[in-house]
Amino acid sequence: MDLAPVPGFTTARRQRLDANAWIDQLAQARAAGARLGALWASDARATEGVFRVCVVVQQSRALDWLELALPAGGPLDYPDISGLFPAAGRMQRAACDLLGVRATAADQRPWLRHAWPEGLFPLRADAAGTVGESPTGPYPFVSVAGDGVHEIPVGPVHAGIIEPGHFRFSVVGEKVLRLEERLGYVHKGIEKRFESFPATEGQRLAARVSGDSAAGFSWAYCMALEGLCGGEPPPRALYLRALALERERLANHLGDLGALGNDAGFAFGLSQFAHLKECLLRTNAEIYGHRYPMDEVVPGGVMHDLSSAAAGLVLRELDALTAQLARLDAIYTDHPGLQDRFVGAGRVSPELAARLGLAGLAGRASGQAFDLRTDCPAPPYDRLEVRMVTRNEGDVAARVAVRFEETRVAIELCRRLLHELPAGAIRVPLPAPRSDRPGLGLVEGWRGPLLVALEVAGDGRIARCRPQDPSWHNWPALEHAIIDNIVPDFPLINKSFNLAYSGHDL
Amino acid sequence: MLKILRVIARSGLRSEPLPAPDADRLPDQRLHEDLRMLLGRALCIRQVDAGSCNGCELEIHALGNAYYNLEGAGIRFVASPRHADLLLVTGPVTRNMREALLRTYQATPPPRLVVAVGDCGCTGGIFGASYASCGAVANVLPVDASVPGCPPSPTAILQVIVDLVRARHR
Ligand code: SF4
Repeated sequence: MDLAPVPGFTTARRQRLDANAWIDQLAQARAAGARLGALWASDARATEGVFRVCVVVQQSRALDWLELALPAGGPLDYPDISGLFPAAGRMQRAACDLLGVRATAADQRPWLRHAWPEGLFPLRADAAGTVGESPTGPYPFVSVAGDGVHEIPVGPVHAGIIEPGHFRFSVVGEKVLRLEERLGYVHKGIEKRFESFPATEGQRLAARVSGDSAAGFSWAYCMALEGLCGGEPPPRALYLRALALERERLANHLGDLGALGNDAGFAFGLSQFAHLKECLLRTNAEIYGHRYPMDEVVPGGVMHDLSSAAAGLVLRELDALTAQLARLDAIYTDHPGLQDRFVGAGRVSPELAARLGLAGLAGRASGQAFDLRTDCPAPPYDRLEVRMVTRNEGDVAARVAVRFEETRVAIELCRRLLHELPAGAIRVPLPAPRSDRPGLGLVEGWRGPLLVALEVAGDGRIARCRPQDPSWHNWPALEHAIIDNIVPDFPLINKSFNLAYSGHDL
Repeated sequence: MLKILRVIARSGLRSEPLPAPDADRLPDQRLHEDLRMLLGRALCIRQVDAGSCNGCELEIHALGNAYYNLEGAGIRFVASPRHADLLLVTGPVTRNMREALLRTYQATPPPRLVVAVGDCGCTGGIFGASYASCGAVANVLPVDASVPGCPPSPTAILQVIVDLVRARHR
């Protein structure tokens, strides 16, 4: 079997297999402990007369891109892999909505398609651009029968300032027997939109896949693109990218720690952490000219350099943050009311987490010791020896503890990045990207691994771009985490995962 | 408890004055008066994410921190559209959210104000209109004011709300 290197992420290899070999190899990978990165499909009829189904699996440093070709004229069915990797179920349903390739799975309900006509596959090259609306009718939720069981539908518009999605609880009294999520409300056609962008500008859209992960996704995109161009950003740019990514981690962790306190009835936590986060955002405005690193990572490097005065400002801010974080951590730890709400709530055991493939921060709080910055670090992380944070309890308290500790690790990393910041250019011009193979970028965002698979057409436009957020892996686990908890604890448990809607719905 | 009080004392007061209106630099006090005369109470806002990337939500959240002193200005976020005077709508409106947005609008008692937030809310932004997106909020609802930016800062959002309420009052 020929193994092709995948530009972008150096330890990735790509193979084209037939259906039997594909499923065999995935089963072997699973048995050996591999984790699912992503599953998506693409329309390669123009070049090869096929639809492609691609899966990326990761096993410590090795990434395998396993590809299946479905001839355009034939049946567009392929083997269901959700038995091996449960999170693949919804990815398969999405691939069916977008391209009409069908996994042979029991659940054939549409996932992202709520309002466009059946039989319209928007990611096919020949799909019409705009179409009339055609609501798909009521969604067949799985219902739970039994004495005293009733359903509580929530959303898509929620009471707070959060993204839209629908939750269907089956409860007895206050206790949750089952939760079924329905997502896709903020599906805005991002993957199709990518195809109207020149490859050199796709990072702007990647940054807006999920606004809270702007630095992460734009970096993953640029990593894939730079691989295809055969160019590399200068060392200073890599350090500044890592600084932007770690600052994004800090901002989100601080925001979540405050919101988690608030959801447990401790408004003091929200006001204190919101204050710390606001300071960070204001410093961003000074160093990036923007409160969020939306357009900081660009092909070939970064947008803004950091003066030594600005580096001093950031370092002083980190000192203040360290001190205040220690005080707040002590208060959270000693507060009996908070701990009472946190401990034991929304538990995902390490065994369940392993079976479901729980990723990123939530995974590490359930004993899944995976962090790209440690497992297969791309520069500059290969020089930074990132300390991975894990807990085994898998409850809200563990997800809070991981956030506190990862905040400290991110502060240490920022200090180190600033102290060791190499001199030199912050951006280099890139050669034209190759169009004969796909590229891959992978970055450990604050929520978890962010993957971008990228194909560029001969004219320099994006032919296909698949951004994969870890929320795809973790949403199904939330359905398990809530079982046997009470409905009023749902906001707290949900917040402790803080999964993306936009990053998932695309 | 002592620890908590100490942290509160150390953080100090962070609230900043309200943004002054562009045209005539009225004292901040005037907004409170405007709100009271217009509504007889606080201005109640319901936020609706109709398809945003969540970047705009980050800034609307930030609006609630101590620096912007929203409640001090007589502005409140409410959970139900039935209690709202103003809808703050983000995102390009996705086709999958169009109906939920319209229902939220219909549930809001008139006279209701609609503010479109972010480049996406204003024009469809980077996502535009497509098989999945209706584009700008104005393509779906009558919009009274809009706040460009990607995402717009809390101050920019606050400024537009303040100006809109003042203009309505005049
Ligand atoms: S305006 Fe920018 S931040 Fe707001 S939803 Fe659109 S892309 Fe996201």
